[in-house]
Amino acid sequence: MSNTPAIELTNATKRFRTPSGALHTAVRDLDLTVAQGEFVAVVGPTGCGKSTTLTLVSGLEEPTEGEVRVYGEPVRGINPKVGFVFQQDAVFPWRTVLSNVMAGPRFRGVPAAEAKERARDWLGRVGLGAFEDRYPHQLSGGMRKRVALAQTFVNDPDILLMDEPFSALDVQTRALMSDQLLELWAGTGSSVVFVTHDLDEAIALADRVVVMTAGPATVKEIFTVDLPRPRTVEAVRLEPRFVELYREIWASLGEEVRITRERGAGRAA
Amino acid sequence: MPLETAPAVAGKPPAATPATRTEARERAARNRKLTVYGARIAVLLAFLGLWEVCARTDVIDPFNFSQPSRIWDQIWQWVTHGTAQGSLGEQIGYTLYEALTGWVIGVTGGVLLGIALGRIRFLADVFGPYIKVLNAIPRIVLAPIFLIWFGLGPASKVASAVVLVFFPVFFNAFQGAREVDRNLVANARILGADNRRVTLQVVIPAATTWIFTSLHVSFGFALIGAIVGEYIGATKGLGLLVAAAQGTFNAAGVYAAMTILAVVALLTEGLLTFAEKKLFRWKPADAGDGR
Ligand SMILES: Nc1ncnc2c1ncn2[C@@H]1O[C@H](COP(=O)(O)OP(=O)(O)OP(=O)(O)O)[C@@H](O)[C@H]1O
Ligand SMILES: [Mg+2]
Repeated sequence: MSNTPAIELTNATKRFRTPSGALHTAVRDLDLTVAQGEFVAVVGPTGCGKSTTLTLVSGLEEPTEGEVRVYGEPVRGINPKVGFVFQQDAVFPWRTVLSNVMAGPRFRGVPAAEAKERARDWLGRVGLGAFEDRYPHQLSGGMRKRVALAQTFVNDPDILLMDEPFSALDVQTRALMSDQLLELWAGTGSSVVFVTHDLDEAIALADRVVVMTAGPATVKEIFTVDLPRPRTVEAVRLEPRFVELYREIWASLGEEVRITRERGAGRAA
Repeated sequence: MPLETAPAVAGKPPAATPATRTEARERAARNRKLTVYGARIAVLLAFLGLWEVCARTDVIDPFNFSQPSRIWDQIWQWVTHGTAQGSLGEQIGYTLYEALTGWVIGVTGGVLLGIALGRIRFLADVFGPYIKVLNAIPRIVLAPIFLIWFGLGPASKVASAVVLVFFPVFFNAFQGAREVDRNLVANARILGADNRRVTLQVVIPAATTWIFTSLHVSFGFALIGAIVGEYIGATKGLGLLVAAAQGTFNAAGVYAAMTILAVVALLTEGLLTFAEKKLFRWKPADAGDGR
């Protein structure tokens, strides 16, 4: 069982129909395997298809071609083992902070008292214990993001899909949350796919960093991060191997970013 | 003692400035409000005064256009001596009862059907064209038909209120259910919500803003439905009061009934706004609210 990969994308392709009726390929022939308990970071130029890849794994969207498997089973609809922190704000505006975090357990039939207890525990961990009665519009952007994190973690997902979860946070909270994420992940043994634009963050957190090509996305190169664990984000940045990896990965990523930028400029012209 | 405090006060004008500035701003806001209310009352008095004077000096014919003092006398007479159909309170009660019943039925039907069609594609595709056709009929002309079907009693008025209320509420609920933020639905499904829960706990709360917008307008429609129904044929109600006054060439009576109607409509509108404020505590205060 533990040899079955947590996530397996084989030849996955996703096409969208654009409003003008043309087909737009967001992801093309993507092969990616994430082992159980592995932490994979995904980097790639903007708009290349990273979020789309995550929606394929989550079961929110079906691949146009190819196959997506989770724990060896083909993905059909939403898997309760999967947690997804969305790139966009997705907390429920009409629920208080506490009620937002309780939503997952309540949807899954956990009694209200227990759900509340678990939600309070998580709100404490993301540092929002004092804000449980607020509504999302009364919070800052970073606070809302932390509500979203608590909302996902409270379900104890085995597979954690995170789409730029820390991009709205300030530098200090971001470091704090990163360390917390590492601690948590080490404790639960869940598998994580972590999309980010921050190469520092990717290397500091992950076992492997996947570099995507300019859209339509496919895997360009995979780097193994052979830095010892347990890591803390601030300390690991200073290691020589970190800097070396950063240079290698940036060289690979930089090229794709340039291609994307030139394309954008070409279209605008 | 005063000699000692004087330099101390002079030494911290910066601490005193913000407080006085806030105060000054508050005072200005209060004054502005008073001025606005004052001006509103002045406009009303000027209008009524001009009307009265013109009627008394025969610039306009008081037989057709009546005059404020006569309207007031008429209202007062209804209040103290009742109308030809019974006490004034009873007439208002009848109209409100019909409007409210029609409104509740129309809103319930509109919300349920709107959300069902907004959520279930198949239903929307099947019923969509029929609802468009029905909506295209000028529904007020149905009032005489309802009178034939349901008789002179409240039922025919309730029916006309229902058809007037249903469509705006339906279209708003439909639109609201259709335009729910897809991220919210995706998030709910990932968190473990089944279809029923998505509808009840995401779609409906998200659509309430849309629905409430239509509730305001639609209560007005319910009143119109009830009044028109009564006007065409009834045994009680404010609409009948208008019809009766018109039948005896009593212009003051028509205006008096209209004035009462306006007051009733404004009061119910105020109640709705109050309920809305309670229900939408989760929404950020509208920037344009206090205007
Ligand atoms: N529902 C959709 N319909 C049509 N096109 C879509 C849809 N979703 C995404 N796309 C297109 O697919 C491409 C990839 O989008 P995606 O959101 O996966 O990018 P991304 O890599 O996450 O970018 P970013 O880093 O900016 O978040 C984009 O060109 C986008 O326009
Ligand atoms: Mg994205």
